[in-house]
Amino acid sequence: MDFTIFLIQVLNALQYGLLLFLVAIGLTLVFGIMGIINLAHGSFYMLGAYAAFVLTSLTGNLFAAIALGIPLAFVFGVVLEKLLFSHLYKRDHLEQVLLTYGLILIFEELRSLTVGDDVHGVPIPELFAFSIQLSDVMSYPAYRLVVSVVCIVLAIGLYFLIQRSRLGMMIRAGSHDRDMVQALGINIKTLYAVVFAIGVSLAALAGMLAAPLSSVYPGMGFSVLIISFVVVVIGGVGSVWGALVAALIIGFADTFGKVLVPEWAGLAVYLVMAMVLLWRPEGIFRKG
Amino acid sequence: MSESLLEARRLHTYYGLSHILRGVDFTIRKGEALGLMGRNGMGKTTLLRTMLGLVAAREGSVSVRGQDMTGAPTHRIIRRGIAYVPEGRGIFPNLSVRENLVMAARPGVDGRCEWTFERIMELFPRLAERIGHGGGQLSGGEQQMLTIGRALMTNPDLLILDEATEGLAPLIVREIWRVIRDIHATGIATVIVDKNHAAVTAVTDRSMILVKGRVVFDGSSAEVRNDPELIQRHLGV
Repeated sequence: MDFTIFLIQVLNALQYGLLLFLVAIGLTLVFGIMGIINLAHGSFYMLGAYAAFVLTSLTGNLFAAIALGIPLAFVFGVVLEKLLFSHLYKRDHLEQVLLTYGLILIFEELRSLTVGDDVHGVPIPELFAFSIQLSDVMSYPAYRLVVSVVCIVLAIGLYFLIQRSRLGMMIRAGSHDRDMVQALGINIKTLYAVVFAIGVSLAALAGMLAAPLSSVYPGMGFSVLIISFVVVVIGGVGSVWGALVAALIIGFADTFGKVLVPEWAGLAVYLVMAMVLLWRPEGIFRKG
Repeated sequence: MSESLLEARRLHTYYGLSHILRGVDFTIRKGEALGLMGRNGMGKTTLLRTMLGLVAAREGSVSVRGQDMTGAPTHRIIRRGIAYVPEGRGIFPNLSVRENLVMAARPGVDGRCEWTFERIMELFPRLAERIGHGGGQLSGGEQQMLTIGRALMTNPDLLILDEATEGLAPLIVREIWRVIRDIHATGIATVIVDKNHAAVTAVTDRSMILVKGRVVFDGSSAEVRNDPELIQRHLGV
């Protein structure tokens, strides 16, 4: 493989992995801290992408769409948590799966009723609608680099939020002992709603960022949901750093699988998962 | 009489079908030190957890500073100036010593911030030495200092200590009792649950004895201390 092609594949793998990380954080936090299996998490990605489509057509600019979309997603997350998910904490996994599967159907139907079932495209913002020349014949779209940089900045921000801020301390404490957190005068319900809403916002943001890359289509939440669960399982439930490492592993396995063994590409990700789980059944990083 | 900080009237609590609290009345006033005694399984911890809203009462009422808080969520009861050091300590092992303290910090009900991080470090020099360690890496005695320190970071008017000396080495136990006395001397009301009734009655003004979910004694600690027959009947092993 020529070096430029290799470099392009590395950049693609990074970009895909980092975007996956953004989706998987919410899934792993909600699973690890609140103990909820949220099948509807992929729908937040889908809704984000459709929101990007609708809001970009209205405002004419993806960045304006994102600036509007994130607060909308956060409020949507808080409302969902208060109305539905807060009733699931003490229920078993079957009931959680039933409710959240029902939500997928509702979200898809709502999308179908309001925006329709057509495939849409979202234009790359003009500011980044150019390519960077890597060699005489090879170039790389600037927007993909922007997506990777945004994801890296968010990952650093999350590190500070979870490891350094008091909110992060409370979240980590809450994942260990819910009663004790309340007995220190902290409102655990609000804390959970915030964690949930952060997860929803990041998944929606991933959908918005991905919209110009992948087009916007019905059912785009399903594939991302399954692969996000793979990330959560490989990384270790509840671990943000596990999710980052696992998402990058999946990004590389998928991208290079498609290049090196195209006829087996669909298997690459699951082979990696099987190998990791044989080596570490609880995921690379345990909950912490 | 000074202001009542925490008060319960005719509390009845069940765990499933077992009737644990059978009409308990409880009061602690500002600045008071109260010993809560009784053999294992008599309802001491259940009484504390019920008053704090961690366990639901079937009947009865709870008020904090004269305001009815029956059925209120735990964090709202606690925010009216109560700090709880539970049995088993409740340290967050996945947080560092510093984080365990910092995450709990909050001004008191009247806005005062007497208990700062620095003051906790002075009170427990051993914690200062282990500030970067994980909560789970501490010895039992250090963990107990950490939970007490964490409780003080909330600038409480009432400190509830459930079995604070359980399972600790004698030297550490003596240190914990000294600290409890010092804390009470600053004017913080204290509820102490401990197996060592001699130590409890020495530190407290008033004692309550629970037997099978009922209050069988509520009076001065001196009275308990000087009545071996009472101790034998309700607390003797």
